[in-house]
Amino acid sequence: MNWNKIFALSLRHVYLIKGSFPRILDLIYWPTIQIFLWGFISKFFTLNSTFYENTVGVILSAAILYDFLFRSSISYNMMFLEEIWSRNFTNLFIAPIKLSEIIAALTFTAIFRTLIGLVPAALLAIPFFGVSIYKLGVPLIFLLITLYIFGVTLGLLVTSGLVRFGPSFENIAWASLFFLAPLGCIYYPVEILPEWLQIIAKLLPLVHIFEEMRNILIYDIVNYSQIIKATFISFIYFVIGVITFYLSYGGAKNRGTLINMGE
Amino acid sequence: MKLEVKNLVKKFNSVLAVNDISFKIEKNKTLGLLGPNGCGKTTSIGMMLGLITPSSGQIFINEISLEPKNRIKLLSYMNFASPYIELPKKLTVRQNLEIYARLYGLKEIDQRTNEMIEDLNLQKFLNKKTGELSSGQKNRVALAKSLINKPRLLFLDEPTASLDPDIGDFVREYIEKYKKKNELTILLASHNMREVERLCDEVIMMKHGQIVDRGTCIDLIQKHGRENLEDTFLKIARSKSELE
Repeated sequence: MNWNKIFALSLRHVYLIKGSFPRILDLIYWPTIQIFLWGFISKFFTLNSTFYENTVGVILSAAILYDFLFRSSISYNMMFLEEIWSRNFTNLFIAPIKLSEIIAALTFTAIFRTLIGLVPAALLAIPFFGVSIYKLGVPLIFLLITLYIFGVTLGLLVTSGLVRFGPSFENIAWASLFFLAPLGCIYYPVEILPEWLQIIAKLLPLVHIFEEMRNILIYDIVNYSQIIKATFISFIYFVIGVITFYLSYGGAKNRGTLINMGE
Repeated sequence: MKLEVKNLVKKFNSVLAVNDISFKIEKNKTLGLLGPNGCGKTTSIGMMLGLITPSSGQIFINEISLEPKNRIKLLSYMNFASPYIELPKKLTVRQNLEIYARLYGLKEIDQRTNEMIEDLNLQKFLNKKTGELSSGQKNRVALAKSLINKPRLLFLDEPTASLDPDIGDFVREYIEKYKKKNELTILLASHNMREVERLCDEVIMMKHGQIVDRGTCIDLIQKHGRENLEDTFLKIARSKSELE
C-alpha cells in the first residue's frame, strides 16, 4: 500500500469539508439533534419508570454509540457518493491506485468525519443531561473500535452496491442502517425480541456491544469476553465486506459501468 | 509508448459492443478513433484504460500485457481526458491538481502543478472552485489533470466537444506543442474531422464494433473518392455493412 496515495485520497475529502462551513455544520447538526431528542425522551422515562436507576445515562449512551456507528457508515458511503455525484469516478479508477488503497483511505477519513460530528454532541450531553460517555472507561475504546469496524463494513457493503448497481443504489445507502437498528437491540435488551429473531440478532456484533454497554452502566461489570466476541464478529463481517467490494468491482468492470458513472 | 490491441472483443450479454478489433499505435504517434455514436469507441477506450474487462483479446502497452497484475504500474504512464467526466466540483483548481499529482505518485508536486498552471493559463481561476468554471476553463483544467503525470500514453475522448472555436483551437494547438516537446502517444476519439486531420497520423474507422477502414487521413479521403475527412466519414457511416 502506498501511504502517499492514501493520504491524497483523504486530502480530497479534508479539502471538501474544510472548504464548506455548511458541510461542517451539517456534520455536527444531526448528532446534536439526536442527543437532545434522546436526552429528553430519557428524562421523561426517568420520571415515569423505575426499571433503570440510570435511564438517562443508559439510553443516551446508547444513542451516542449508535450515532457513532451510523456516522461511520454514512461517512463512508457519503465519501464514495461524492465521487459519483461529482462525476470523478472514472478519473479515480484510471489513476494508479489499488482498491485496497481506496478502501484504506475511505476507512481512515470516515473516522475524521464521524468525530467532527460526534465529539461536540457527546460533550454537549455532559452539561445538558449530566451524561458522559467517558463513564464507560477503558472498554469504551474497544466498543468504539468494534462499532467503527462494523460501521465501515456496512459502508463497504453499500458502496459495493453502488459499484454494482450505480447511483440508483443510493436510497439503499440511506436505509441500510435503519434496517439493522431493530435487530441491534440498541435501546432494549435482546430478550425483548422473539426467540427466533434473537438467534439472528446475536449474529450481529451490535447486540453484544450494546448488552455490554448496559452491563457496564447498570451493573458496573466489564465482560471482556463479550467485547472480544463483538470485535471478532465485526472483523468477520469486515472481511466479507472487503470480499464483496472486490467482487462488485470485478462485476462492474465486466459490465462496463465504471466508465462514465455519475449523475 | 507503444500500444497494441489484439483481437479485442467485448460482449454485454447478447450485445457485441466491440467485435474483434486489432491495431497498433507506434511510439509518439497519434491515432484517431472515429465512428458514429454507439460504434464501440468508448468501450474500446474503457478496455484500454483497464476500466472494462474484455470478453477476449489482449492489450499490450510497450509489450506489457494490461492484465490486473500490471495495471497499476501501466496506469502511472497513462492518462485520460473526456468532457463526460469531471473533477470534484467543490475543490479549487489547485487542490484538484495537487490531489491528482499525489495520486499519480509525483515527487515534485508544486513544480509540476505550477508548470501545468502556467502552460495552460490557469492562473486567473486557480483558487476558484472547479464547478464554478466555464466549460472552456474546465476543459483546460481537465487537460492539465490529464498531463499532470507526464503521461506517455494519452487517451482523449472528444477533447474539444462543446468548446467555442477559439478555445477549441487553443486546446488543439497546445496538444500539438506539448507533443513536440514530450514523448507522447495519443489515441484520440473525436467527431471533429478537422481536429482529426490536424492531429492524427493515422485513423481507424469503427462501425458496429468493428474496424471498417484504416489509414492516413489523405489515404482514406483518396480511397473513398471524397474531398475531406468529414465526407469520407459520412460515406463510411452511411454505407451498409455486411452486418446490416
